[in-house]
Amino acid sequence: MDISKEKLEWIYSTMYRIRRFEETMLEQTFKGNAMGVTHPSDGQEAPPTGICAHLTDKDWIGSTHRGHGHCIAKGLDTSAMMAEIMGKATGQCGGKGGSMHIADFSKGMLGANAIVGASIPLAVGAALTAKYKGIENESVGVSFFGDGASSQGVLHESMNLASVWKLPVIFACENNGYAEATPSWYAVSAEDIASRAEGYGMPGVVVDGMDVFAVYDAAGEAIARARAGEGPTFLELKTYRYHGHFHADVPLNYRTEEEEKYYRDKDAIKHFERTVTKQKLMTAKKLKSIRDAVEKEMLDAVEFGMNSPMPDPSVLYEDVYVSYSNPIPGLR
Amino acid sequence: MTTSQANNPLGPGYEGVAGKELRFRDVFRDTLRAEMIRDEDVFLMGEDISGGFDKETKEPLDAWGGPFAATKGLVQEFGPERVRDAPISEAGFVGAAVGSALTGLRPVVDLMYFDFVTVAFDQLLSNAAKSRYMFGGQTRVPLTLFARSGAGTGHAAQHSESFYSMLAHIPGLKVVVPSDPYSVKGLLAAAIRDDDPVFLVNDKKLINLTGFVPDEDYVIELGKGRYMRRGTDVTLVGISYTSIACQKAADQLAEVGIEAEVIDMMSLSPFDEDILIESVNKTNNVVIVDEDTPRASMASEFAAVIADKAFDALDSPVKRVTGPHAPVPYNRDLEQAFMPQPEDIVGTVKNILGRE
Repeated sequence: MDISKEKLEWIYSTMYRIRRFEETMLEQTFKGNAMGVTHPSDGQEAPPTGICAHLTDKDWIGSTHRGHGHCIAKGLDTSAMMAEIMGKATGQCGGKGGSMHIADFSKGMLGANAIVGASIPLAVGAALTAKYKGIENESVGVSFFGDGASSQGVLHESMNLASVWKLPVIFACENNGYAEATPSWYAVSAEDIASRAEGYGMPGVVVDGMDVFAVYDAAGEAIARARAGEGPTFLELKTYRYHGHFHADVPLNYRTEEEEKYYRDKDAIKHFERTVTKQKLMTAKKLKSIRDAVEKEMLDAVEFGMNSPMPDPSVLYEDVYVSYSNPIPGLR
Repeated sequence: MTTSQANNPLGPGYEGVAGKELRFRDVFRDTLRAEMIRDEDVFLMGEDISGGFDKETKEPLDAWGGPFAATKGLVQEFGPERVRDAPISEAGFVGAAVGSALTGLRPVVDLMYFDFVTVAFDQLLSNAAKSRYMFGGQTRVPLTLFARSGAGTGHAAQHSESFYSMLAHIPGLKVVVPSDPYSVKGLLAAAIRDDDPVFLVNDKKLINLTGFVPDEDYVIELGKGRYMRRGTDVTLVGISYTSIACQKAADQLAEVGIEAEVIDMMSLSPFDEDILIESVNKTNNVVIVDEDTPRASMASEFAAVIADKAFDALDSPVKRVTGPHAPVPYNRDLEQAFMPQPEDIVGTVKNILGRE
């Protein structure tokens, strides 16, 4: 296996961090400590991890309402994320964004976005900036979206733009089989969404999104293409969310226990553990020490969020604009 | 489109300034050029902003030079990376422009006809306008958009709208409405240099107008209106081309001894509340003239502010002269009837002043 020891450790800790963050976040949501709706991504750890393993802070990603995994894989601080979900002043966006709008521009994270498909052209725009500045080799755009967004017109416009302008973009479609409750077999006209890439003049690759090594390899090729100025690639990552569309959704109302078990058996984290121990790339002890560190990090994140102050009421009016000649507080 | 510019459009403080009589469209293009020279992060994007490519060399032909030739010649000067022709994908390329603004560039997007805003509306509303706020002030969106609005040219219902009120409604967006060559130079430069998303709505009827433009580099502060004419009997409030209609009405009113004050708003968000209140406190009567349809319009918003903050100064009801609550019709007579005409303004003034 052509992955460094450090990278393997990063991959494991990132996937486990995503898993435990989502589980912890759900606990906090059900305790009433989250201030709104949350969309867990546990089960889908491999796509963001396998892709972001190739990225630096100079690369940009766009994300979705189900964005915690993308944030974590791009290096965002889990305490600031948890505080944001709790609506606190210390949150990643000062409590004004919430679960669906976590962003960190210092990390190349363009923001979770709650309009399905709306962040796709933002990643294309980030790639346009890279091409404009002649820095494609160090700054690519990755757009994460789901099977639901594959039906949005703006995806198709973005794919065409990225192709005709030969931009360094990776379209990362996390096909978890469901857009809310609607199955992709009902809503998507193609067997594989990736097959549509051909019509836009770019490679389309179907990837087992429960296998982080497969994702890592496919993403590595796509990102190398982008960095070399060879244009966009479409990756369809077949994956599965273990929970419902949002925290209170009951997925067994629209999918079966057999199906859930099928994907749980393919669990990305267990698959990773089996692979690295079998190939003697990591020891069980090392894996445990990574898990222990993540467990502590989650406790710290919850404590940080719970102990953080609420935003000052005055921030209601702040940051609508960089500058505005009418006083916003009077405008109501 | 041959109306000559009314007297002294620059307002006080501009007497004796060096400048020349220029055409609106030429000033528009020259301002784009000046801003592109000034800042290499500024680039243009839109459909046919150069227009046409040579099949063999792949070089841009500049066959159109942009809708209404607004960008003619710029592709030769700056190249196709900085004058980027886009496929007909308004949502896609406006979204890409927002993404480029979030990552350090200063895109200027030509949306051709103002009606096409709706095709890109989600990107404007959900991304351009909200990113700064919802991400807690982490980022800024220095994006400029412009497009041609307005009836009067036979473009019918889907190429003639003036619903800038829909944009001004959105927290996070700024909206400006030049009314002559002087104001388009200052407002376009200010919009491009501004760190927030700004939409410049360009009434088509202005494109071939000429007017005095100072030679010097200047910006007009966003959110400031100006007096185009001073008077004591009634305030006429204009937006873009209706400022010209107001001036014509003021000329007609002067003939019957009514001295109208004409305010050209220039900005719709933010907008100049002070100038409205100052003028109404003096004239005690006001007519707001807006080519947009009346429901939830800028005319309604100005009327609300005047009623709120200058109520005691009013001698007559705040009146609005607007387009009807209808799409823009094609037939020339119907189209003229749709648009606020100087005669409509004169009639309304006479009515509120009891001078019929």
